[in-house]
Amino acid sequence: MSFMDHLPILVVIIPLLTAPLCVLLNRPILAWFVSILSALISFFIAIQLVFQVNELGTISYWLGGWEPPWGIEYRIDLLAAYVLLIVTAIASLVMLFAKKSVEKEIPENRIAYFYAAFMLAFAGLLGIVATGDAFNVFVFLEISSLSSYALISMGKDRRALNASFTYLIMGTIGATFILIGIGSLYMMTGTLNMADLAARLPEVADTRTVRAGFAFLTVGVGLKLALFPLHLWLPNAYAYAPSVVTAFLAATATKVAVYLLIRIILGVFTLDFSLQLMPLDTLLVTLGLIGIISASLVAVYQGDIKRMFAYSSVAQIGYMVLGIGLATTTGLTASILHLFNHALMKGALFIALGAIAFRIGSTSIKDFSGLGKRMPWTMAAIVAGGLSLIGIPPTVGFISKWYLVLAALELELWPIALLILVGSILAVIYIWRLVEAAYFGKPNPYQYVQEAPLSMLLPLWILVIANFYFGIQTDFSIGLASSAASELSGVGR
Amino acid sequence: MIELPGIYNYLVVVFLMMAGFYVVIAQGNLIKKLVGLSLFQTSVFIFYISMGKISGGEAPIFVEGASLYSNPLPHVLILTAIVVGVATTAVGLAIVVRIHEAYGSVEEDEINAKDLVDDAITEEAPSVNSRESQ
Repeated sequence: MSFMDHLPILVVIIPLLTAPLCVLLNRPILAWFVSILSALISFFIAIQLVFQVNELGTISYWLGGWEPPWGIEYRIDLLAAYVLLIVTAIASLVMLFAKKSVEKEIPENRIAYFYAAFMLAFAGLLGIVATGDAFNVFVFLEISSLSSYALISMGKDRRALNASFTYLIMGTIGATFILIGIGSLYMMTGTLNMADLAARLPEVADTRTVRAGFAFLTVGVGLKLALFPLHLWLPNAYAYAPSVVTAFLAATATKVAVYLLIRIILGVFTLDFSLQLMPLDTLLVTLGLIGIISASLVAVYQGDIKRMFAYSSVAQIGYMVLGIGLATTTGLTASILHLFNHALMKGALFIALGAIAFRIGSTSIKDFSGLGKRMPWTMAAIVAGGLSLIGIPPTVGFISKWYLVLAALELELWPIALLILVGSILAVIYIWRLVEAAYFGKPNPYQYVQEAPLSMLLPLWILVIANFYFGIQTDFSIGLASSAASELSGVGR
Repeated sequence: MIELPGIYNYLVVVFLMMAGFYVVIAQGNLIKKLVGLSLFQTSVFIFYISMGKISGGEAPIFVEGASLYSNPLPHVLILTAIVVGVATTAVGLAIVVRIHEAYGSVEEDEINAKDLVDDAITEEAPSVNSRESQ
């Protein structure tokens, strides 16, 4: 086997090995350097994997040469390759932004450990995407979760500790539910390989054990996903975590959980099972819609902008889940599109908030007064990201909402299409509050504020430009999303 | 008569699971919450271990000439899960120690009350330019 054949495992292993290296080096600058290096290497591997998958189809990598279903299989299909691409791209950009932000927000003697935990979280997320083994998913999920608890607890405010503990409790319950689900499936089929599970499950689909397993898996992933009634850990965790962590987790962690949900519903179980034997479509559509409306409403009343965007994340997850719940190819396309697009916009918004926190030490709305003049580039980026969040053409947000409305109309579900638009209007309101404060408020005369440094503006504007570029050049993203969607629903049938 | 021994383990699993889950939800003390969480996780370990066991099954590989084996794979899997559980408890306890340092309490209602005070302070306080970094 040549070096190129080992890419599916290298993309996970390189960040995983960087983590102990960060601790050994134990110098902030060196730890940062190896971290960004490994993020970039993973990014290039992910690009390479996308080319390989496009050319040769799904890659199946056998760990240690053991043939699946006995050995652990890493399986990179079209969707997995692109999720790897977006996670590694966001990680690289966030690492670029991280250097200055971390120097300011984390005590110097802990910076090396911070990067180590960051790399573990990164490796865990990549592992969840790359693996084709159900138990491996649980292990990587816990690697990424445990390190994100540690990362969140490093926030400056003491409320970060409480938020981190709440997340630990809810996250562990979610992961244990997933473990119970995997156990039930193993009991009935005797296999852990996802493709093998998919082949064996139809025989035993009509048993209570499999149904209970399915329910446990869905609820467990729902907790990780912050699906509407299970989202209570998310707003505080995002609001009080260090800026770098919020930017990274908001743009990647929930996306990987959505990917996992799609994998479980369509890849392991079939669409027929999920929808006909279990009432998953009604459940996901209802919870998605309640999530969109209620979280957007709560976002309007938030005094802290980081927390406001955290609530908006809960609402955006509602859109993704709604698309899955509609259970048509168009709906699924919309979900996958929104998975990428939301990573782009929330990545940009939280990096911008990080830049503001770097300069004024706060993300409270009253401190935004007059920032439009003081930090024009950063505020312009927030407005651009906000437009994308609302879904105004020609941003990426418009594309995914368009597809979602289209999917609802295909099924002649007018009320759902209407509620999607109501969600957008609520987004207009909370973005407007920010614009009003920043551009029409009076700057604080006693405060001297500079524009953010270039190392922060660069990743920020790369993401903002990506927001517009993929909003105009839609062939690439839509082509990918629809072919991934039909590939998945094709497996389902 | 009902075949009790066959499902006995699973009854224990469900009882432990629900007991642990209840403690996590109902207890306000953070340490007790972690105890409940560990109990909850342990019940899943028993669940895995029970499903691999076949009555009369021998240990695989070790005993020669046996034809009925217990499945060793769930046991191996659960070793990994035990490690994860220990790590979770360790991280949880570490956070509780820091919560105790920061809040002077490990009772959920007291911590939440202090959080509300913190929220009110950040809402009302005049904007401060240079909040000292630790």
